[in-house]
Amino acid sequence: MTQHIAFTDQTAEGTEKPDAAVVRDALGVGVAVGLSGFAFGVTSAGSGLGLLQTCALSLLVFTGASQFALVGALAAGGNPFTAAAGAFFLGVRNAFYGLRLSQLLALPRAVRPFAAHWVIDETTAVTLAQPTRRAARIGFTVTGLSLYALWNLTTLLGALGAEAIGDTRAWGLDAAGPAVFLALLAPMLKTATERAVAGLAVLLGLGLLPVLPAGVPVLVAALAAPLALVAESRRGDRADGDTPADPPGPDGRRAPQDTGGTSGAEEGR
Amino acid sequence: MNIWIAIIGTAVGCYAVKLAGLLVPGHAVERPYVRRLAALLPVALLAALTAQQTFADGHTLMLDARAAGLGAAAVALLLRAPFLLVVAAAVVVTAGLRALGG
Repeated sequence: MTQHIAFTDQTAEGTEKPDAAVVRDALGVGVAVGLSGFAFGVTSAGSGLGLLQTCALSLLVFTGASQFALVGALAAGGNPFTAAAGAFFLGVRNAFYGLRLSQLLALPRAVRPFAAHWVIDETTAVTLAQPTRRAARIGFTVTGLSLYALWNLTTLLGALGAEAIGDTRAWGLDAAGPAVFLALLAPMLKTATERAVAGLAVLLGLGLLPVLPAGVPVLVAALAAPLALVAESRRGDRADGDTPADPPGPDGRRAPQDTGGTSGAEEGR
Repeated sequence: MNIWIAIIGTAVGCYAVKLAGLLVPGHAVERPYVRRLAALLPVALLAALTAQQTFADGHTLMLDARAAGLGAAAVALLLRAPFLLVVAAAVVVTAGLRALGG
């Protein structure tokens, strides 16, 4: 629910930005993404969670990918701990958003426990796109507030709707979850490393599914990330040790990078 | 009860990492390897979850209408459709195929 934040292109327009423009951008994201809480409500209720449980997830967890992952794992029969572990690992990226935001927003310590709940893909993308601290604070607050309010409202409506229509599979609503994941994933597949991680994770996730307890294959698939990093650094070392002019090809195509531009927030766009 | 355990566990864990990001001094975890790993972890998890929720039913792998739905979502993504339209494409195609008996 993240990648369509088109206005990040506008950041180069100078140092000052009218408050109204910031609010408009923030509301655009908050409303568009907030509406997709409907898909979560339907998916969650269709996975067998109760109305209260579905709403509790949106109120208390409030990070979409983790919520979808949790209900998917529970629906597949995973035990609560492996299901929660998968959802938790997906949420870890928010810590890296927080690192960036705490510098940009310079929030008083007393405010941080409240602001923390809104540290997600969308608020980070909007905040990072602002030219000044004042604009960043307005962007964070308006995006967080509108998204939180709408996400919870549409979660409730989606859950009620799912109960009303009964068999969500007949309506194709079991395809909403994977489509959400794909939409989140697609903008992250920027380099060969990301694509290799995704491919390996798919193989592990599907290959181990028949033999391991539900929920565990996803956790094993997460190992594709450190594995790819190890392979990447090895390749980098070898390329460095070779001739100064690296030959093009699978190895030389990507310079070893220290990821200055690949920090968390860009993943969320 | 199990579901509530999972909900509370996820809520506490996800809130804790959000708060940690705001409270921890940046230099403590801003090492390139850690940042890179944090960026790649969601890629692996989302890819595995997408595949499983499209091609699995319990412990069985299967090819059904969801795969066509996901294909429609992929096409919508390539066409830069808005988020809701991507999800809607998957739902409509999946439902349509099932209605046709697929």
